[in-house]
Amino acid sequence: MGLALLIVVLKTIGLRRNDPVYHQAARFWGKIFGINFVMGVVTGIPMEFQFGTNWSIFSRFAGGVIGQTLAMEGMFAFFLESAFLGLFLYGEKRLSPKAHWLSAVAVFVGSWLSGYFIIATDAFMQYPVGYSKAADGSLQLASFWDFVLNRWALWQYAHNMCGAAITGAFIMTAVGAFYLLSGQWTEHGRIFVKIGVIAGCVFSILQIFPTGDRQGQLVTDHQPVTLAAMEGLFQGQTAAPLVLMGQPNDQQGKIDNPLEVPGMLSVLTYRRWSAHVRGLDAFPKQDWPGNIPLLYYSYHIMVGLGTFFIAVMVVALLLLWLGKIFTARWMLWILMLSAPFPYIANTAGWMTAELGRQPWLVYGLMRTEDGYSKSVSAGNSMFTLLGFMGMYMVLGILGLFLIRREIENGPLALNLPGATEAQ
Amino acid sequence: MTLPSLWFWIVAVMVTVYVVLDGFDLGAGAIYLIAAKTNEERRKVLRAIGPVWDGNEVWLLAAGGTLYFAFPQLYASSFSGFYLPLMMVVWLLMFRAIGIEFRAHIENLVWQEFFDVLFAVSSILLCVFFGAALANVVRGVPLDATGYFFEPLWTNFKLGPQTGILDWYTVLIGVMALVTLAAHGSHYVALKTGEDLGRRAQGIALLCWPLQFFLTCISLVATYFIRPEVMTNYAHHKVGLLVPILVFASLAVILWATPKGREKVSFVASSLYITGMLVGAAFALYPVVLPARDHQYDLTIYNTSAGIHGLTVGLVWWALGAVLALGYFVFVYRMFRGKVQLGEGHY
Repeated sequence: MGLALLIVVLKTIGLRRNDPVYHQAARFWGKIFGINFVMGVVTGIPMEFQFGTNWSIFSRFAGGVIGQTLAMEGMFAFFLESAFLGLFLYGEKRLSPKAHWLSAVAVFVGSWLSGYFIIATDAFMQYPVGYSKAADGSLQLASFWDFVLNRWALWQYAHNMCGAAITGAFIMTAVGAFYLLSGQWTEHGRIFVKIGVIAGCVFSILQIFPTGDRQGQLVTDHQPVTLAAMEGLFQGQTAAPLVLMGQPNDQQGKIDNPLEVPGMLSVLTYRRWSAHVRGLDAFPKQDWPGNIPLLYYSYHIMVGLGTFFIAVMVVALLLLWLGKIFTARWMLWILMLSAPFPYIANTAGWMTAELGRQPWLVYGLMRTEDGYSKSVSAGNSMFTLLGFMGMYMVLGILGLFLIRREIENGPLALNLPGATEAQ
Repeated sequence: MTLPSLWFWIVAVMVTVYVVLDGFDLGAGAIYLIAAKTNEERRKVLRAIGPVWDGNEVWLLAAGGTLYFAFPQLYASSFSGFYLPLMMVVWLLMFRAIGIEFRAHIENLVWQEFFDVLFAVSSILLCVFFGAALANVVRGVPLDATGYFFEPLWTNFKLGPQTGILDWYTVLIGVMALVTLAAHGSHYVALKTGEDLGRRAQGIALLCWPLQFFLTCISLVATYFIRPEVMTNYAHHKVGLLVPILVFASLAVILWATPKGREKVSFVASSLYITGMLVGAAFALYPVVLPARDHQYDLTIYNTSAGIHGLTVGLVWWALGAVLALGYFVFVYRMFRGKVQLGEGHY
């Protein structure tokens, strides 16, 4: 999704300046986007099925509400995205440059809309609004706009999309840095680094403030027990410290080897040094998230990496501004090696959101243990889960292999059978 | 017409559109290995479906999403009950997607052969599975008072109270679906290509015709035999008689147009045949959406639909989304109209 945005940027500049290098760059990233898109399609199909196959009791309970966003995702996002991706990838010769640009925009809009609908669905599970209870206990839609414009969804979406844009930006920068370091396709490498660093810097900052901060506020207000677990705050206290590092010890209910900033957690949550922050001890143990250490680490890894992204990208932007970045090999090395980190941060972020919601499936309304398909035996679930793990691993290797090949072949590659004749 | 009825027909139409559209690229996959012999011919088939197959498949996801939205209880019961076959469908959809998309990335015979077979085999199996799935719905499943069921892959291939996914009836319909979609795909390949490949596709379509006719007749008799209730709606609403007329008229048109090489007419007739069969099945089932072997537990549009407010709101955005989607499809198919030319873009 981040890449879709950057491809639009490349196409726009290419169209404005009538510069073939930017069009080549867009085509190159289009190919990589295509590979990613296939991965997204094939790994996304099981997700939609899963609502019915593995979470049928949840679906029966909440389908009257979240069915809205899931169906809208199909009607508005998937059609747009799939129809125009075909045109973007295969229709450059048939379309005028403007129409081709428009198809890139359509793919971007489609993928970003899809993100919104799915986040709105997740937001309902985090912070249910706009529903009413029917006679049989299931949830029904009461207010469409309350549900679709859930406050939680808006901030979570902004936060998530910043994460996607950061990922795209870091990957583009890393490939550019690789080209510059190895002295090949340096003209394209410079474009990749330039656009990647500017986008990376903007979105890294937006990721923490305001989106991350606001997301934290929502957790503070609506999931205080999650906040306590994320921060490793076992005992509630006034002027609560912010734990930067340390290992949660849930047997003894404390943080081992803590490195803390006094009072900081109170400021971040309630904007006052002296504010009282409720700890885990303020809540019944049955409402605690199931795996506190994992939640704590996910959250801290996410925040740590987010801070690292800002640091790297601000320095890189400074070097870019001074005109020194393309020759500063040390910086290019850092940018190249940073490529995997956004993936780790995104995964950790989603783990924080989903582990933090436990033990609830729909916060406050349905527990996870009550929502899965009782009619499907554990043996069948295990069988298919193992299958998916194996399959996704193979797909991951295949995808990485093909993307590595594209990067190695470079932005001018004519390795595709059709492409040679088209030129 | 009540809201749940309206949504029943919306979902039925979406499923039909899915089968007509994705049906031709599934069918193209089913005949792929026998119709397309050389690398160039295989690339032509892939080129013919390449820009559109993913959009076609979205109709399945959109129909599934709409089903989930309008009849959440049905979605919950049927998807968990058909757990194992659906997982296989998911795997096959995944294999097929990478079969189509990754073949062109490396020009190497070993690589290409691997993805050729992956694409063809998964297409064939998907045709059979979709047919069997429809047959399971028509035949009915062992639902009980909880509103849930779980079907094993097979029991004893007979139609007892404990059914499996596969029995003689569902296998029969699965084979019929394979023949129908193979013919449908052949008409499409003949329409989009020409020369040897087009002629071979035309030949396959002609070969399929007697089988298709024969299986259509048998399946109608078999369906009446296992579920006489399917005739109720036809007996009460004479408009239903249009369905068999449409089905057999389409078959006649196919037989007339295909040998003459009027590919467009054959393809349209084949689409109408599929439409007739599916609308006919929906008409026979209505208002039941998933019959139980024991009819007191039938899932109907009334006991599975979402709340009225949700269904009303949905009409607004669904209509808007459908108009947009229709626009994209008309535009994309217009852009890629005409015979396939190699030498542009992928594949």
